[in-house]
Amino acid sequence: MIYREAGQFKATYEKDQQIFPIRQDRIVFAGVLIAGFVLVPLIGNDYWFNAILIPALILSLATLGLNILTGYAGQLSLGTAGFMAVGAFAAYNLMLRVPHMPVLASFFLAGLVAAAVGLAFGLPSLRIKGFYLAVTTLAAQFVIEWALTKFGWFSNYNPSGVISAQKMVILGYRFESPVRRYLLTLGVVSLLALAAKNLVRSRVGRSWMAVRDMDVAAEVIGIPMLKTKLLAFGVSSFYCGVAGALWAFAYLGSVEPQAFDLTRSFQILFMVIVGGMGSVLGSFLGAGFIVLLPIFLNVAAHSLFSGGVSQSLASNLELMVFGALIIFFLAVEPAGLARLWQTGKEKLRVWPFPH
Amino acid sequence: MDWSFFFEVLIGGLLAGVMYSLVALGFVLIFKASGVFNFAQGAMVFFAALIFVSLHEKGWGFPSAAAATLTAMVLLAFFVERFVLRPLVNQPSISLFMATIGLAFLIEGAAQGLLGAQVHGLDIGIPDVPVQVRGINISRFDLFAAAFAALQVALLAFFFSKTRIGRALRAVADDHQAALAVGIHLEHIWVVVWTAAGFVALSAGILWGCRTGVQFSLTFTALKALPVLILGGFTSVPGAIVGGLLVGASEKLAEVYIGPKIGSGIENWFPYVLATVFLLIRPEGLFGEKRIERV
Repeated sequence: MIYREAGQFKATYEKDQQIFPIRQDRIVFAGVLIAGFVLVPLIGNDYWFNAILIPALILSLATLGLNILTGYAGQLSLGTAGFMAVGAFAAYNLMLRVPHMPVLASFFLAGLVAAAVGLAFGLPSLRIKGFYLAVTTLAAQFVIEWALTKFGWFSNYNPSGVISAQKMVILGYRFESPVRRYLLTLGVVSLLALAAKNLVRSRVGRSWMAVRDMDVAAEVIGIPMLKTKLLAFGVSSFYCGVAGALWAFAYLGSVEPQAFDLTRSFQILFMVIVGGMGSVLGSFLGAGFIVLLPIFLNVAAHSLFSGGVSQSLASNLELMVFGALIIFFLAVEPAGLARLWQTGKEKLRVWPFPH
Repeated sequence: MDWSFFFEVLIGGLLAGVMYSLVALGFVLIFKASGVFNFAQGAMVFFAALIFVSLHEKGWGFPSAAAATLTAMVLLAFFVERFVLRPLVNQPSISLFMATIGLAFLIEGAAQGLLGAQVHGLDIGIPDVPVQVRGINISRFDLFAAAFAALQVALLAFFFSKTRIGRALRAVADDHQAALAVGIHLEHIWVVVWTAAGFVALSAGILWGCRTGVQFSLTFTALKALPVLILGGFTSVPGAIVGGLLVGASEKLAEVYIGPKIGSGIENWFPYVLATVFLLIRPEGLFGEKRIERV
């Protein structure tokens, strides 16, 4: 009853093409934005910001990046964390070596550097596809991790390869407290998510989806394969790079290359699967789900077994639950949480009738 | 250039490559029969080795421990068929691949949760000492591993070409629907092939375990089987062998001869880059079949 678009007429092309054509969606979305920017900073505590909200937002951004590549353009990548590492180290070096470098500009440039690296590793995708491509992106993952550890220049000759992010100061405001770091992250992520949403509904996004569904057919109808695939790699790596820079600057403060290992790549791939391939909303749902799951498991384990379980057993249980969940999602809901959300909306639309 | 040193590195690399081939063989078996790219093969190697070594440490003999582990691998094959392959039948192969990543997590978690995460040493009684052949040092253990791998490949070749079930496997690999039409049970074939992959995983796990100790990093060693597959092609047993030898030899040679120039540790990624470069020239691998695409 409440969620029904009856009486909302789209009289102009602009109205027909807006992101949320239904008024109720716009209200809900505005509510979410207000809650994120105003309400949460007022009521949240440091634990929430540091342990849940900031990492979840940053991982959402990285998931969005992988989703553009895998979910929209259909190119499987296992090197996501490698591109994040490029972003983090590029931002650090830009801040370190370029005098008066604004923080946000360094994030943007770090994204561009990651995009350039992504383009280089995306080149083989023109010749090879599927599992073969997965192995070449694995090469990206290992080469990047090795290079960042091996060559001291990247970490300013820190003996253990750790970089300590510089202070973030934007227009005189210092972004040090958890609330401010959260707001900065949220701002960057919201902007990039908006850009992504518009990108995937545009001509570019449609040609990505055509390539994903059948690349030979896409080529036959005149979609330039080189440009489309490389653009997907570039944009995806840009998002991952910015996410990596945020990971270093807004979340951890100091990171070593091993923070971006293969496990992180898999984690982000899982977020894409659980959230929903080819969905911007799904990227956020997936990241939130996978960040929150270990915390829930921990709480559940503590309440089930009084006295708690040993650390190693808990982490192994977590692994098993993750593995089982992936299989479960792929079997039962291959389109992920985003699809569940869609189904829920459909149901709400016809409520109280079943059809 | 010191040629005897070169040959020593080359032969050491080739023999290490045999071990990669063993892991790659498990991948190929499953890919041939079900078209599933089984990322969990590395986890299976770890799982099998861990069961084996745990039983052995409890005082079981090698034959009984091996038999018990094989039973566990058969059970695992049934589990995988029932809970992973059957629900996902007719899904795109990329979904199946991601499901096997989930399976890898599941197996790793189960193995460490049940049997502990500490490193186990394993000694099957073959000393890792060098023998001199014309002034070149060759590890006796590596020779044993190579002989063992050769024996296993021969057995697999016999199994595939001469037995009834082996022919059924090849029929399934050729064409699922035609195989179904002549009355081959896909479910049985999947169980058989995952069991076979489990057996290969056990032998690879034992050999690797002797060399590096049975520990979690075995699953990463198994990742090296991926470039092996790329070089050899996903569907070719000889390809897996040749690819393994190529990867083993090239990574050791690269580490020794290129490593000092650009920084050590390149053997961790060299095979992947080699595979990538190789793919650019020949996308279907050394022995893979050329794909024809139709719209």
